[in-house]
Amino acid sequence: MDPVVAAAVADAHRTEWGRVLAAAARLTGDLDAAEECAQDAYADALASWTSHGVPDRPAAWLTTVARRRAMDIIRRRDTLRGKLPLLAGHDDETGDGLVESGEHEAFPDDRLRLIFTCCHPTLASDARVALTLRLLCGLTTAEVASAFLTSEPTMAARLTRAKKKIAAARIPYRVPGPDELPDRLAAVLDVVHLVFTTGHTAPSGLALQRRDLAERALDLARMLRLLLPDEPAVAGLLGLILLTDARRHARTDPAGRLLRLAEQDRANWDQGEISEGLALARQALRRRPYTRYPLMAAIAATHATAPAPGAPDWAQILALYDQLSAIWPSPIVALNRAIAVGEAHGPTAGLTALDALAAEPQLAGYHYLPAARAEYLRRQGRHDEARLAYDEALLLAGNSTERQFLADRRAQLPRTSASS
Amino acid sequence: MAEYMVFIWGDEQAWERADPATVEQTMAAHRDFIARHGAALRGGNRLYPSGVSTSIRHTPDGGVAISDGAFAETKEVIGGYYLIEAADLDEALRIAADVPAPSGGVELRPVLPTS
Repeated sequence: MDPVVAAAVADAHRTEWGRVLAAAARLTGDLDAAEECAQDAYADALASWTSHGVPDRPAAWLTTVARRRAMDIIRRRDTLRGKLPLLAGHDDETGDGLVESGEHEAFPDDRLRLIFTCCHPTLASDARVALTLRLLCGLTTAEVASAFLTSEPTMAARLTRAKKKIAAARIPYRVPGPDELPDRLAAVLDVVHLVFTTGHTAPSGLALQRRDLAERALDLARMLRLLLPDEPAVAGLLGLILLTDARRHARTDPAGRLLRLAEQDRANWDQGEISEGLALARQALRRRPYTRYPLMAAIAATHATAPAPGAPDWAQILALYDQLSAIWPSPIVALNRAIAVGEAHGPTAGLTALDALAAEPQLAGYHYLPAARAEYLRRQGRHDEARLAYDEALLLAGNSTERQFLADRRAQLPRTSASS
Repeated sequence: MAEYMVFIWGDEQAWERADPATVEQTMAAHRDFIARHGAALRGGNRLYPSGVSTSIRHTPDGGVAISDGAFAETKEVIGGYYLIEAADLDEALRIAADVPAPSGGVELRPVLPTS
């Protein structure tokens, strides 16, 4: 196989899969059939590009082929007319106006419809993430399963069930109207953010990061930015992802040990991503009232612009967390806010804020809570209590790099407690 | 267009204990709902309490086992239903969100088309 062609197909698979599938879905009104069309188009590309060269616009080429396959499916379906439930909102006028077009034809970009369908609030949230990775990003079922630490048959069943609900309950293949858009967009952004956080710090395993997932999330956020350029929430999410992702090479030392923000060599931050992220954060904050992601981008921007390593303006970060908890009262936000309290007002205030969250059921298995307690107990010289808190965090943490970090911090505690 | 069944789930004991003003308020809310969404309604009724339900299960030997009461013993039971028609799930959700269900909520289930 020609390596240039193989690379071009692989690249187009990564960047254009969602667009090709979305265009086919508009015609077939059936996500399974659309997946088949997209798969056929990429298989054809491998053969055709080998003989005729890689086209100037691979996306248009692939979309044309996928649409042609979709037309074949529709014709077959018309002869064997079954009672298949079809996607509500897809093009019903099959055939008309679908003259087979040249590869320079501009097709409507249906990826927004597709992502709003995949992230519909009537689907379970794990199903939304799975569908988005499968249909928009083109991950195989096995790859999606591995992202969720579940088996391939389990994931296949989850995807089938979700697609069945989309068809049977008639979840529309449509971008929501202006009155529904803010809530529905928030659901989409949450999926992209979850994919990013899962990639940025893998919940378990040996590697700290899952770059494949982090990069997919970045691709999705860039796609949303392109298609919804006026939405501050989208600018905020992309800014947040860039400002966080910019630190990817600085988060561990050459031996693979986790470095805290204060210990990171800022020369290793991706300056291109930092400046792009800062510009997006500024843009996201131009419109009020602030929503979740613009505020989170503002927090990330405050860290990124700290005058000295590890010494950001904590009073400003705390004020931003106060605003964030007012509009989004989640336990995770409350935990981050409590940490900001400790940094802004000292370990005693931090511990008081953390202890107020001790009974929060959603934080019960979350290792960052005892890890934060351990840090403030250490700063108070309460080393025995800090040791216990590190033990608790170690019981809950699943990522090897994070576990090593916690074990190292614990080992660095003096043997005897300085507390009374 | 598609049909959706809107099951109205609620705490029927709370309903039986409710004072006349609350009952009247709920009935008025249903009249308002019917007036507002009449065009989408294909049917709907209030049901007798689950205590007068009869459950019928098919047994492995081909017969039926009949038992008194609802299928599942839960605090919340189906107290009524509407059958609605909507273009898609978003439209059905907007209609179903208006169904009065003061002691519970509603469940929206697409009707499988026949023929």
